[in-house]
Amino acid sequence: MRQTDSISRRDFLASVAAAGAASILGPATASARPDAAASARPGSILTRPVPSTGEKLPLVGLGSWITFNVGDDATGRDACADVMRAFFREGGRVIDSSPMYGSSQAVIGYGLRKLGKPPQLFSADKVWISSGARGPQQIEESRRHWGVTRFDLLEVHNLTGWEEHMPKLFAMKAAGSLRYVGVTTSEGRRHDEIEKIMRSHPIDFVQVSYNALDRDVEQRILPLARERRIGVICNRPFRRGELFGKIGRAPLPGWAGEIDCASWAQVLLKFIVSHPAVVCAIPATRRVDHVVENVGASYGRLPDEAMRRRIAAHVEKL
Amino acid sequence: MSEWWTYTLSDFLLFSPRTYYRLFEIYNAAIWPAQIAAVGLAIAILVLLRRGAADRGRWIAAILAASWLFVAIAFHAHRYATINWAAVYFAWAFALEAALLVWIGVARGRLPFERPSGRAARAGMWIFLAALIAEPAAILLNRGWRSAEIFGVAPDPTAIATLGILLAAGGRGRWLLLPIPLIWCAISGFTLLAMKSPEAWMPPLAAVLAVSLAISQARSRRRRLAIAGR
Repeated sequence: MRQTDSISRRDFLASVAAAGAASILGPATASARPDAAASARPGSILTRPVPSTGEKLPLVGLGSWITFNVGDDATGRDACADVMRAFFREGGRVIDSSPMYGSSQAVIGYGLRKLGKPPQLFSADKVWISSGARGPQQIEESRRHWGVTRFDLLEVHNLTGWEEHMPKLFAMKAAGSLRYVGVTTSEGRRHDEIEKIMRSHPIDFVQVSYNALDRDVEQRILPLARERRIGVICNRPFRRGELFGKIGRAPLPGWAGEIDCASWAQVLLKFIVSHPAVVCAIPATRRVDHVVENVGASYGRLPDEAMRRRIAAHVEKL
Repeated sequence: MSEWWTYTLSDFLLFSPRTYYRLFEIYNAAIWPAQIAAVGLAIAILVLLRRGAADRGRWIAAILAASWLFVAIAFHAHRYATINWAAVYFAWAFALEAALLVWIGVARGRLPFERPSGRAARAGMWIFLAALIAEPAAILLNRGWRSAEIFGVAPDPTAIATLGILLAAGGRGRWLLLPIPLIWCAISGFTLLAMKSPEAWMPPLAAVLAVSLAISQARSRRRRLAIAGR
């Protein structure tokens, strides 16, 4: 059995609602909860513990790069709110954004207000500014956009000014205004520096690009994350959609059923989240059917090592 | 930016094509009927170019300056900035171009149109007409009329039209006015290319044509002056 825990959807929703009532939102909003209707899923939602605390998070989160940057467009904002509604309804928790993503933070805030501030939200944002002195101001602006009391996770985006931001983030964590600290990179950049930080700082999370084709992190970053008890969040799970172009009309292999996958998206996501160092993947989408499909990868059986190799080899050949 | 060679065009794209086109739909609805006034100003430029009024260079510069300033504020600062944090800098660049047009073209009268003949000047007129008609038409066919980009209110046709006008104009002042429209055409071309927009080739093509024709125009002028000086 992989280092993955499962809890029933009902228990999960009840526990996060209770936790939210107790610690986050207060009695006035504690009754806010996602829609009752949920898709039929094999078993219960799969979670993996954050190594530094043991807090369990569902294996698939929601990214907001490009997809949630819709500006003031009311239609676009409502579409994003619908995606968030479906995400929470299916059992999702982790939503990721950054000040770099244009209006995405404000759109997430709009969605959260529209949905009554779902208590199960795990808010993951970033600080992205070269000046360490202006970091706190940017974080506060981000917090206001989201409309949350505090962020669960703040990461230094692409290591921008990380030497200056890191002490401030740890100070926020010590003061109780932040729960987790991390750093991010993408597309395989600056891995040497990421490793250095992972070895020298008590970070909780590291965010890297990882998918069936981009597997460099398997060599050093993922093993180091396990060794240092650092949770891994994976961005670019579909290479920004490029993997679907590569897959094209290739039929879903018969073995996909062995890991309870009904689509290529679920196969690709299960490849990522089945690595024991990975806490969650954060695919971005603006479509409700896609978010339902993505969160579906948090259910059912996960591939073992042989199946993981099979998936990677199969996708490489396409 | 470290490891810059690993970045691709799409790494700099902050929004989806759908959001970008929708931005123009919302913008056009918000500024209506400014588009009618903009078309009127474009026709006014054409009339001024055909008529031999002595101070037409100042009037044309004033119309272009008003267009650049409008795009700076209404489009870049108020609209594009909602999906692209870099639009604030674009707004300043467009406002600077407007100020340069006022300074060089209106205040100092350094955009004369005494000799609108010659290959480059004629090409400039065609580029101007392309910005008025061909660019909006291409967008109309690809995206529909709601997201049309029109000279005077949208950045691409305003920049392309300005390049055409500057080619048709004489005077050294135009060299100071060329860089910002050229840079914008490059930025817009890259943006549209990253979105795989069918009209992505138009701004860069206009920029390349404008630069090469302006250089060839300057060389032939120097040759004429050298011959006249012998």
